[in-house]
Amino acid sequence: MSLILDVKNLTKRFGGVVANNDISFDVKAGEILGIIGPNGAGKSTLFDLITNFQTPDSGHVFFQGREITGLRPDRISKLGIARTFQKLKPFSDLTVTENVMVGALARTPHMPEARNAALEALAFVDLLEKRNHFARELSTGQRKRLELARGLAMEPRLILMDEVTGGVDQRTIPGLVELVLELKRRGTTIVTIEHNMQVMMRISDRILALYAGRRIAFGPPQEVSNDPAVVDAYLGGTPDAA
Amino acid sequence: MPSDQARMLEAARAEPLWPKPPAWATALGAVGAAVLLAYPLLITSTFAQHTMILIFLYAVMAQSWNVIAGLSGQISLGHAMFFGIGAYTVGVLDTKFGITPWIGIVVGMLLAALAAVAVGIPTLRLKGHYFAIATLLIGSSVQIIFARWDWVGAASGLFLPLKRGSPWLDFQFHTSKVPYYYLSLAVAVLAFLVVWRLRRSRLGFRLQALRDDADAAASLGIAVARHKVLAFMISGAMMAAAGSFYTQYVLVLDPERVFSIDISIIVVLMTVVGGSGTLWGPALGAALLVPLSEYSRIWFGSTGRTIDLMIYGALIVAICMWRPSGLLSLFAERIRRRAASP
Repeated sequence: MSLILDVKNLTKRFGGVVANNDISFDVKAGEILGIIGPNGAGKSTLFDLITNFQTPDSGHVFFQGREITGLRPDRISKLGIARTFQKLKPFSDLTVTENVMVGALARTPHMPEARNAALEALAFVDLLEKRNHFARELSTGQRKRLELARGLAMEPRLILMDEVTGGVDQRTIPGLVELVLELKRRGTTIVTIEHNMQVMMRISDRILALYAGRRIAFGPPQEVSNDPAVVDAYLGGTPDAA
Repeated sequence: MPSDQARMLEAARAEPLWPKPPAWATALGAVGAAVLLAYPLLITSTFAQHTMILIFLYAVMAQSWNVIAGLSGQISLGHAMFFGIGAYTVGVLDTKFGITPWIGIVVGMLLAALAAVAVGIPTLRLKGHYFAIATLLIGSSVQIIFARWDWVGAASGLFLPLKRGSPWLDFQFHTSKVPYYYLSLAVAVLAFLVVWRLRRSRLGFRLQALRDDADAAASLGIAVARHKVLAFMISGAMMAAAGSFYTQYVLVLDPERVFSIDISIIVVLMTVVGGSGTLWGPALGAALLVPLSEYSRIWFGSTGRTIDLMIYGALIVAICMWRPSGLLSLFAERIRRRAASP
């Protein structure tokens, strides 16, 4: 399989804190890559660096063989990278359908076409019945699905999902997992940040484990979950670099 | 379950893209249009006609501010700068070069759009309150520049030459306010249509998206800074058209008046009182505040100027407390909600 995303030696410092320390990994086209790590490990920062919402201090990002380091976020998303945000960012004063239409309008200028694409994306995330509500009226779980639908409406090649199952009603998790797997079947490449290890082990083709800004493991789920550094990180020891 | 989804998707697609206004709104609109068209024929008081002309012009100005602030969320406190550019463009082109105001209006709109680019590129990329502060200061600076600029009459401004040729060619009507009435009504309708169209276009969706969350907008491929500048250009051009028209109406202009900070503030008040970001809010705000100001001036004589400001202040406080999203939300929320219920 060909590489869709290739991340090389990304580093980001905030004052004295190194949020991402020389992180390298790659994503194969069509796979699900899971990113795990305790709070503050640098997972969301990594998404911000890839999409250049924060500029890396050093390192490089390649998307489909092309270097995208330092490109404006809107340019990067236009190349085919969608993302959700850990801190949700709905367009509060627009309706649910209008929110998703903004995503669809990235690839079509026609309003009726964008509307139909938006409705399809909403049906996909099972949010269709809320379509005419304002985004600000949705629950957290619904907002997460809204954000997912908004990104999917762009028909991205790669989607970066930040904790889609975090903080939602436990009963909705199987549905969300099924949704991610269906997305993969449709050919979208997925990088997902999750705290839920069971979910992660089940859906991921490979897992990247971060701890205190460093990569401590990278590989197939079984391998990563048995890695002593990962076990240590999750059981509260001091990790050795993998 | 899948068939349920399919059925719901089918039903959703069958809904109109834009919800139809309720019958009472359509009826109200038709009656309103008829009243506005017949008004100057039925009511011949020039003061009453003058008040309506001002309402239309202020509706254009408020609608202009609505584009940059209501749709795009960028608070401009220097909008008089565009009004003045429109005013001076028709004034200078007419007095210095004898060019008809019809061309002057278009040139003024283009110059205002250019000014919006010049001001917008450095300031609109900033987040937070910097844009508001920058426009406030630039607006005042422009006023001072024109007040010192001898070629355009410095502080005393310009008097447009009275013309005796064809009133329609010269855009001067000395005997009646009725032509001004219909012209200003037409300009107001045009401004209204611009916003109506914008709100249903990709550009309008993008502006509202970046207003609500700039990062999320960028993550969906929207070039945030460029779109803000674009909105500022449209807004500036609309404001300039109102400035040009106003100048043709009073045939005199001076920097004190056309670059006045009062203009920058009143467009904010009108839009916020009526409903920022809405289609009808700016017109509603103009229709409430212009008569308030004009009639208080009559009733209270020379002291009226302060009394209307006091009423404005009370109104703003009341709106902030009870209707922060503007008076129009009294109706609009209800309409949208009805459309929303399945």
